[in-house]
Amino acid sequence: MSVDILMPALSPTMEEGTLAKWLVKEGDDVKAGDVIAEIETDKATMEVEAVDEGKIEALLIPAGSENVKVNTPIARLSGDATGVTPAPAAAPAAETPVVEAKAPAAAATTSAVSSFADPEIPAGTPMKKITVRDALRDAMAEEMRRDDKVFLMGEEVAQYQGAYKVSRDLLQEFGDKRVIDTPITEHGFAGLGVGAAMAGLKPIVEFMTWNFAMQAIDQIINSAAKTLYMSGGQIKSSIVFRGPNGAASRVGAQHSQDYAAWYGNVPGLKVIAPYDAADAKGLMKAAIRDPNPIVFLEHEMMYGVEFDIPDVEDWVVPIGKAKVRRVVAEGHTGPSVTIATYSRMVGFALKAADELAAEGIEAEVVDLRTIRPMDHATILDSVKKTNRLVTVEEGWGPMGVGAEIVARITEFGFDYLDAPPARVHQEDVPLPYAANLEALSLPSVDKIVKAAKAVCYR
Amino acid sequence: MARTRKGEASTGKANDTGVNAFVGKDELLKFYRDMLLIRRFEERAGQLYGMGLIGGFCHLYIGQEAIAVGMQSIKVKGDQIITGYRDHGHMLAAGMDPKEVMAELTGRATGSSHGKGGSMHMFDIETGFYGGHGIVGAQVSLGTGLALNNHYRGNGNVSFAYFGDGAANQGQVYESFNMAQLWKLPVVYVIENNQYAMGTSVERSASETAFHKRGVSFRIPGEQVDGMDVAAVAEAGARAAEHARSGQGPYILEMKTYRYRGHSMSDPAKYRTKEEVDEVKSTRDPIEHLREKLDAAGVTEEQLKVVDADVKRIVAEAAEFARTSPEPDPSELYTDVYLEAAQ
Repeated sequence: MSVDILMPALSPTMEEGTLAKWLVKEGDDVKAGDVIAEIETDKATMEVEAVDEGKIEALLIPAGSENVKVNTPIARLSGDATGVTPAPAAAPAAETPVVEAKAPAAAATTSAVSSFADPEIPAGTPMKKITVRDALRDAMAEEMRRDDKVFLMGEEVAQYQGAYKVSRDLLQEFGDKRVIDTPITEHGFAGLGVGAAMAGLKPIVEFMTWNFAMQAIDQIINSAAKTLYMSGGQIKSSIVFRGPNGAASRVGAQHSQDYAAWYGNVPGLKVIAPYDAADAKGLMKAAIRDPNPIVFLEHEMMYGVEFDIPDVEDWVVPIGKAKVRRVVAEGHTGPSVTIATYSRMVGFALKAADELAAEGIEAEVVDLRTIRPMDHATILDSVKKTNRLVTVEEGWGPMGVGAEIVARITEFGFDYLDAPPARVHQEDVPLPYAANLEALSLPSVDKIVKAAKAVCYR
Repeated sequence: MARTRKGEASTGKANDTGVNAFVGKDELLKFYRDMLLIRRFEERAGQLYGMGLIGGFCHLYIGQEAIAVGMQSIKVKGDQIITGYRDHGHMLAAGMDPKEVMAELTGRATGSSHGKGGSMHMFDIETGFYGGHGIVGAQVSLGTGLALNNHYRGNGNVSFAYFGDGAANQGQVYESFNMAQLWKLPVVYVIENNQYAMGTSVERSASETAFHKRGVSFRIPGEQVDGMDVAAVAEAGARAAEHARSGQGPYILEMKTYRYRGHSMSDPAKYRTKEEVDEVKSTRDPIEHLREKLDAAGVTEEQLKVVDADVKRIVAEAAEFARTSPEPDPSELYTDVYLEAAQ
């Protein structure tokens, strides 16, 4: 009886990978624990071990194959193998709810709505495909070339090439003076970064995730955000704090929080949460150049997603401007709704808009891009057309970003609303680990569609 | 009580009689003037607080003057100073205008932070004074960051990060120690051990009360210094600064000192006896101690009186300035929150 060896999931967010190398050949005998292949994930090159004993009957996927989906059979083992072989890690991955955000889906959704002119990108601008990860990397590299006061510090940013590979190759280009591996001491190195910024340098401080930055929040708020004011304008902190924010996949409550509302509450900080590669790059460059402390919220689930990005020399996107990513079609007479959101949830909103369109409801999707300062004018302009508002955020609802949007639109656009606004957000619980509970807790396309219908009284 | 008792790691040459070999008569006289300025300034600040002209928290530096003044004497242009909230003495020692400091205490437009910082939050880049920080221990990481800047630019400057025996128990202090030694950053950590973290004595809060040893597990050298002896402070400071400036990394100085007043103006200091305070005042007072040295060095009472009068005048003028300056214009409410980004 032969069994298939499946492409394993080697990280919480891995959906596909490159089968870099086979370390066995057909006809070889293997036993449990033997390394049989090397697989490159989006983060690292990993070794794959055999789980059962037997003879390699066939190598189904040739070495060097890219984009091999998790759970694809990659080899066949014959012999005495008992039981089934799928790598244990692969099973839950197949059930994760993240399928909604699969790379091709998100990219396809974007190009579908890019049929209307993007005022930021002049017609005829050459475009290229790039992942959000590389867009962030390129932004940092370009700004480090431009200004020798810019440097990167954080855990595993240098020799390891970034825990999520966002700083890949920066050490090689800029050396260890400007790409600094820190000990695991968020509070301490955030303070060092702010101190260096007070003395005029321009640090980029990477948190491996924003969850760990709670250790450092005192330095971000009390030192970086407040000192300009407390010093009567004398001491500035031109510093970027960045890293992945929000829920990845199945990493549990302590690694899955959205901090947009937390930092958005603080005067003195600017808070940025981009969705696609063009904004990730353009806003990162603007953030590094900005003389104020910046909280830059990335999303792990978006790192590997490819988007079109303008292939121009110096792509900078202004901080504080929302972007309308989908407009209500001309001549639409049925109900319409504004969906205001940010970061990964923009992709969910665009997908929801497609589903709503099929049911005769047109949605205008406003991507905040910057949480603070919040461009509520752009949301209000949209609400003036649609008269209905749904907000979507990955974080909790109470005192959240959606609460702030709703307050402002109620305050400044009360007469334009035909229905009470609705908020879609994470359920009011710590994010659960179990795949089904996690899916129930997080916002989904379905929840957005339901909320949009509700404000349209459908 | 031995005034110049040195710590076990010290190799200093300070002695207990007459002028220290390290500093001359003129410098001692300047020390006297600067220390007296701090004491009279703080006494006046306490008075203005009592009159309701100064609000909020106000932490006086009386008793600890020798540290700020002695350390200032070995600082060179471009070096930075950063401290916690007991900061008035450091600002005056650094050379900030007493008028601007006092006006900040009274929350006036002419204050060094335009009235928006207050007692705990003052800054002056010109003199290298980077605050004035209200969160216990935060200045240690920030000061290490100032040193990271010096290291990055190779400017030869040293950062002096001051903190108390209370802050010495904060976690980020040790995170900073580790990185400073790992990267050989030019920083001198000055622990002002005044025996009490607010109302908790070091014996009740510290498992190791010899704070100069707190760097041992990071291989950071440290020494204990009589923080009531300005010459001993200056001498140890010079040694520490040279260590940092020459690329050997951080250095810890534990200054044994004492604060005469409560933790802040609202602290009745019931956690220690009056006898304990009086004992220090009568036997270890840094200014009285220095007067004896000046006397031994041949400085006359008349010369000291001239200094006393000058200091008295400066403080009176500062108080008057702080009392009569206008409050900040309401339009200042929304300034200095953000800087304009260059286009």
